[in-house]
Amino acid sequence: MSAPRSTSALLYLSGVTVSFDGFKALNNLSLLVEPGEMRAIIGPNGAGKTTMMDVVTGKTRPDEGEVVFDGQADLTRLDEADIATLGIGRKFQKPTVFENHTVRDNLLLALAGQRSWYRLLTAAPTRAENDRLEEILAVIRMRPQQHMSAARLSHGQKQWLEIGMLLAQDPKLLLVDEPVAGMTDVETETTAQVLREINKSHSVVVVEHDMSFVRALGVKVTVLHEGSMLAEGTLDQVSADPRVVEVYLGR
Amino acid sequence: MITRFLWQGVDRKLRWFIALVLAAGIVPVLLNLFTPPGSALHVPAWALQLVGKYLCYAALALAVDLVWGYCGILTLGHAAFFALGGYCMGMYLMRQIGSRGVYGNPILPDFMVFLNYKELPWFWRGFDHFWFAAPMIVIVPSVLALALGWFAFRSRVTGVYLSIITQAMTFALMLAFFRNDTGLGGNNGMTDFKDILGFPVQADGTRAALYLASALMLALFLLIAGAIVGSRFGKALTAVRDAESRMRFLGYRVEGYKLFVFVLSAAMAGIAGALYVPQVGIINPSEFAPGNSIEAVLWVAVGGRGTLIGPVIGAVLVNWAKTYLTGALPEVWLFALGGLFIAVTLFLPRGVVGLWAQLKAGRERSRRVAPA
Ligand SMILES: Nc1ncnc2c1ncn2[C@@H]1O[C@H](COP(=O)(O)OP(=O)(O)OP(=O)(O)O)[C@@H](O)[C@H]1O
Ligand SMILES: [Mg+2]
Repeated sequence: MSAPRSTSALLYLSGVTVSFDGFKALNNLSLLVEPGEMRAIIGPNGAGKTTMMDVVTGKTRPDEGEVVFDGQADLTRLDEADIATLGIGRKFQKPTVFENHTVRDNLLLALAGQRSWYRLLTAAPTRAENDRLEEILAVIRMRPQQHMSAARLSHGQKQWLEIGMLLAQDPKLLLVDEPVAGMTDVETETTAQVLREINKSHSVVVVEHDMSFVRALGVKVTVLHEGSMLAEGTLDQVSADPRVVEVYLGR
Repeated sequence: MITRFLWQGVDRKLRWFIALVLAAGIVPVLLNLFTPPGSALHVPAWALQLVGKYLCYAALALAVDLVWGYCGILTLGHAAFFALGGYCMGMYLMRQIGSRGVYGNPILPDFMVFLNYKELPWFWRGFDHFWFAAPMIVIVPSVLALALGWFAFRSRVTGVYLSIITQAMTFALMLAFFRNDTGLGGNNGMTDFKDILGFPVQADGTRAALYLASALMLALFLLIAGAIVGSRFGKALTAVRDAESRMRFLGYRVEGYKLFVFVLSAAMAGIAGALYVPQVGIINPSEFAPGNSIEAVLWVAVGGRGTLIGPVIGAVLVNWAKTYLTGALPEVWLFALGGLFIAVTLFLPRGVVGLWAQLKAGRERSRRVAPA
């Protein structure tokens, strides 16, 4: 196996193939995300969008292909915790927060820094950590709910909490899977604002079906279909592409 | 730092409960020693011995709860750690017999003379000293837990598979300890103990001291468990229980968390077993029986999984019922145990200590429905 090539891209996927019992969920997929970029990924159900995130975060090992982060780290050889420590954060398609913990504790667990079990035995949250928590609670507008257990949040609030946890983690690259599923129009609009805000200091990859949301983001769009890239460009460009219309938008 | 660590997670309720355990340790001992046998307040030595046994079980239940209730690892092999601690204590007690055994051999315990051992096996060395046996009580179960946990957690064995491995472990140990050539008393195990730390095991004063030690152990375990659960480590631990893969994606090395509580809990079980043996006067391979570990899980379920008070209450309640039923209606006990298990799973998902919250929630629900 050749050493991963060095690249200026923050995230570099090349020729990535993942098969499940012969079915290719990803088929020779290549993708480049530049530092500071926000990228929207769209595609019909089963196109492989979530699988792509699984590959990047170490949940699924690709059968073939290269996955390089930050120009040097070969993500195909690292496990989830290593990859997270390198600076890749993820929001899941189905919101997964720690239901038995309070909103604040969820954020505390996600907060960058302390991860080792022996330190956490005696560590109390520091002043700086508490300040950071307050900031994040303000950004996601959940200060009133901070002592509520996460199980009691609405679906939309859980989505918000997960975005807050991503912020707390402060990764270089955020992978956000369907952030506005189950949100009202107003919440969707706010989420787009928050993501644009986050993008000022982080690179972001967003998967979303909601076209008005993708339009509100106003960023470069990649269309996935049957595990490969079908088209790339502005939303208007890809919407005009007849192949895209056929597999996705036209349905 | 240690004191801050110990107090951080100990809330008012737990503080009261620890005080209660301490009182339950001290008051009966005083009543045993300072009231005359005829008096209504007198606590006989046999009662201390019986409750002392329950306290050791309660400590075992607390250990099980730490891994099952707080970390989601359904261990079905914790009785093995308990028994290993018990065997370490048993070996020490055997060596204290000296030449007072039936065969009068100053070095070899009776069963070895009987089996024609010429000399003491290497792993018996040092067990004639308490300073050697005491750390072994902690080290032996811990090392086994470390080895098992290391492989299981690193290869991400979870759920039912992990439960099966722990059952297999205790079963394998039981078979090994049943063999005469293992050199640990085989079938009959170890018994007929004479002295502990120079005091006769059977004497009332020793009984009282062992009882008190059991209560102190339980109180200490509650304090340690409370501190761990209340720390940031504890928050991470329950998060691992609820959404393990989410924790990995946050950058946590989940194995480290699991391994730490698993080993700590095995050590606690070992200490509980070591205090159990001199109180019941015997240790034999049936302590490794797979059913024992399952029973320990049941105590936790009955009392309330994921609480610290629950396992203690559960262990004492179930064992008290067991003592009563095996005496009064011996053939009923196993059915009662099975029935209890089903009843708890169906009606008391949060155990006895969850009952209060459950009743309150139920009342609120019916109140909300009523006006309609
Ligand atoms: N672990 C798995 N085992 C077998 N097949 C899988 C597995 N994970 C995903 N797949 C299949 O791979 C394909 C791609 O799935 P993926 O979840 O990546 O799609 P997606 O683009 O995220 O779709 P959606 O928009 O519905 O979320 C689907 O056909 C799915 O059934
Ligand atoms: Mg998906």
